[in-house]
Order: sequence, then C-alpha cells, then structure tokens
Amino acid sequence: MMEVTSISEGIIIDHVPAGTALKVLNYLHIDPTKATIALIMNTTSHRYGCKDIIKIQNSADVDLEVLGLVAPHATVDVVKDSRIVEKQKPRLPEHVTNVISCANPRCVTSSERDIDQLFHLSNPDTGEYRCDYCDEAAKL
Amino acid sequence: MADKIPPVQLSKSQFNLVGRSVVTLDDVSAPQISYLLRKARYISDHLPEVSQAAAGKILATLFYEPSTRTRLSFETAMLRLGGHVIGFAGAQNASVSKGESIADTLKTVANYADVVAIRHPKEGAALVASKSVDIPVINAGDGGHMHPTQTLADLATLQSRFSRITDLTIGLCGDLTFGRTVHSLIETLCRFGNVKFVLISPKELKMPQYVLDRIKASQSCTYEEVTDLTAVIGDLDALYMTRVQKERFFNEDDYLRLRDTYILDAAKLKLAKPTMAVLHPLPRVNEIATEVDSDPRAAYFEQVKNGMLMRMALMSSVLGVKLPGFAEDDTKEVRA
Ligand SMILES: [Zn+2]
Repeated sequence: MMEVTSISEGIIIDHVPAGTALKVLNYLHIDPTKATIALIMNTTSHRYGCKDIIKIQNSADVDLEVLGLVAPHATVDVVKDSRIVEKQKPRLPEHVTNVISCANPRCVTSSERDIDQLFHLSNPDTGEYRCDYCDEAAKL
Repeated sequence: MADKIPPVQLSKSQFNLVGRSVVTLDDVSAPQISYLLRKARYISDHLPEVSQAAAGKILATLFYEPSTRTRLSFETAMLRLGGHVIGFAGAQNASVSKGESIADTLKTVANYADVVAIRHPKEGAALVASKSVDIPVINAGDGGHMHPTQTLADLATLQSRFSRITDLTIGLCGDLTFGRTVHSLIETLCRFGNVKFVLISPKELKMPQYVLDRIKASQSCTYEEVTDLTAVIGDLDALYMTRVQKERFFNEDDYLRLRDTYILDAAKLKLAKPTMAVLHPLPRVNEIATEVDSDPRAAYFEQVKNGMLMRMALMSSVLGVKLPGFAEDDTKEVRA
C-alpha cells in the first residue's frame, strides 16, 4: 500500500473501478481544477484487484444516485475531524435521465433532436443499466 | 393496483388495450396475448362480420425505410376492418428529408390519424413516437431492435397449427446470434412456459447468453444446443428457419460449407414428424427449398396471413372498436 494524503473534512470514495476516477469526477460534476482532491489510481485491493480511490476535501456530500450509475460497487466514507463518521453506499436508481448518453450509433438518440437520454436499471445485482430506447448496456 | 378493482371488472380490464401503444411485447401481458390470439382466430372465421368494425378510423403508416411486406400487412388489416389508410414509405417524404424530428412528425400526424404504425431504421424510434402523442403507436420494426407484430404472427401460427403455444418442442435453426425475431419469440414463449427449445446453429452463430439465461429463468422451459439439423428434426413439433447471411462469416468457404447444412429440403423433411410445422419470418433466400412449399408442413405463408389477422386483432383492440359477435370476455362464452 502507498501512503496517501489524509483528509480531515470531506469524503472518500473507495472501490472505484480502476482507471475511471476522472470520469467519475466528471459525472459527479466535481471540477478537479477547483476542488481539493487526492486521486489514487490503479492501487490494489484484495476485494476487487485493481481500484481507484477519490478523496475530496471539504465536500459534504456526493450524488449517490449518479455514483450508483457510474461506480455501483464504490463505497463512500464521510470524514469529520479526521475520523470516518458515516459510511454510505451508492444508490441504484430505477431510472436515470440525462446523466449518461447512449453509445449505440444505431440508437434513435443519435439522430433525434432534443431527446432525453433515458436509462433503466436492468440488473440490480450487477448494477447494469440499459438504454430505454435501444436496450444497449450503458458504457461510460 | 388490480386488487382494488371489483372482481366483476377484473377480467374485462386485464384485456383492455384501448389507447395503448405497443412498442415491444413487454407492453402486452400474457393474458392480453392470449386474448389477441383468440380474437385473431375469431376474425379469421368472421371476416365479413368484422369488415366494417373500424369504419371511419384512420391508420397512418409511417415507414421511414421501405418494408413493403409489413406495410401491406398493416394496411390490409385496417382496410379489412373497414378503416382507411394514410402514410408514407421511404425517407423521400418531404418533412423527413428536411430533417423534421420523429416527435414533430408524430404530433402532426396525430391530428389526422387514430392509430400509427411506424417503421424506422433507428433502434428505439417507436418509443420516441409513442412518447410524443396520445394516440396508439404500433412498432412495425425499429432497426432490427423490436418487431412485436412479427412475433404475434409467429405465435398465431403455432396456435393455429397446434391449438396451443405451450407443451411444444420447437427447433430454431440458422442464424441464432443476430436473428432478433427468434430472440423475441423465445422470450415471449418463456412467459407462457412449457416449451422445449432445440437451438440449431453453427458454432459461429449460437444463441446469445442473455436469451439462454431467459430460458433458464423460466422454470418450465428447457433448451439444448446442437449443430446438426437432421439429427434432431424428428423430435420437433415446429421448426423455425432463419436466414444464414453471408456477411456474418469471415470467409466464403465457411459460409458455403455451413449454408447447405442449414437448408431445409424435401430429403431432410422426410425425417420430420408428419405434423411438424415449418415457420420462417420471410423473405427467404435459399434456406428453405421451394420443393418444401407444397408440403402440408410448410406454414410460412400461413404465417403471413396470421400476421395480418393479429394486426387486425391488435388494431381493433387499441382503437377500442367492437367486433360484432366477438365475446370480449372468454368466461362469458363458458357461462352461456
Ligand atoms: Zn440507446
């Protein structure tokens, strides 16, 4: 294990799929140029093999539904006075609107104007989402 | 929600498709499918009686890509119910070529028509259409994604040949990887249960895992995967043939070698039960030899007729028009 800057106030998002931390920040609308962030990418985890960890200083909350969509197996630790005071799990919303876009070039969302990007939870066990229109699995 | 409805209304409401769009067969419950099968059978036996049932109603066929076969089926279905038809075929249509959105086209057409059948090359186009308007929209194929009335035609053909769609051994042969019609048929039959699927394909074109998982999840349905049609044809009640397309293969030799293995001809048919039904979504290329056409087991042209009958049953149901003499509620017939 490598030593990483600890945070005194904020949140730690652990068990983020390896290599996806920047994408996850993007979907969470956290601007890495403004927030104080520590990223640990491609570290080893005995549970998941390789993983990323995101630490965000002075952040009180994170959109757990968006996190459920982009990193369903992540865990969220809320840190106060350098101690973990709360553990949160991502929520898996049944439906998500305009968070991610369908990657299927044959999908109607690729050509129809002003269309909402709609995904539904197709497998609660794996956290898999599929496009409402074409049933293609969500890709981040 | 259903338990709040008084029991006397229950059977009526469970079949009620009035005003409903059908984008996929998930939009239609298993009892509603049974109801449509019974209605199609009634229509088949009572064409003169139902010939004015939808008088004054207008179907719009919005075909963004040509599919003459499907369009003629929808249009004939409406005409045989006494209704009228408007529409366009092919994207040469002026508004479409000017880049009008599907939603805008539908909002316009909804002022003219009572029901829409839409065919579009993009997957999910029918959902977009159905969300745009209040009138019922029927998916007539959205880019190889869903084609629910084709599956209804397949079910009606099994029903007319065997008087049931359960307790059958059904072989599906050819391209099982990309053939969405067979995926949809299997998924729908799994909702009714008690079907043994025999999946006959080259190893390059096997059934996708998600369809196999669907069969496993159904409890009463089972499957086996084989590569040799002649070895299993004698066990089958029905054989659903699909096209093996050249472009699915990496090289010409594989294609030519495999193609002939999956052609149904009189010699292979000799090994089949005398009551077996041969289905095919049509158009065929060469996967069923024309010598099979005159065999009573060939059911693929009946399938075309059943497609029209099911479209009549479906459109009369979503329009909410009554068919003279048809008992909406099955149980009334039993009591009478
Ligand atoms: Zn899509």
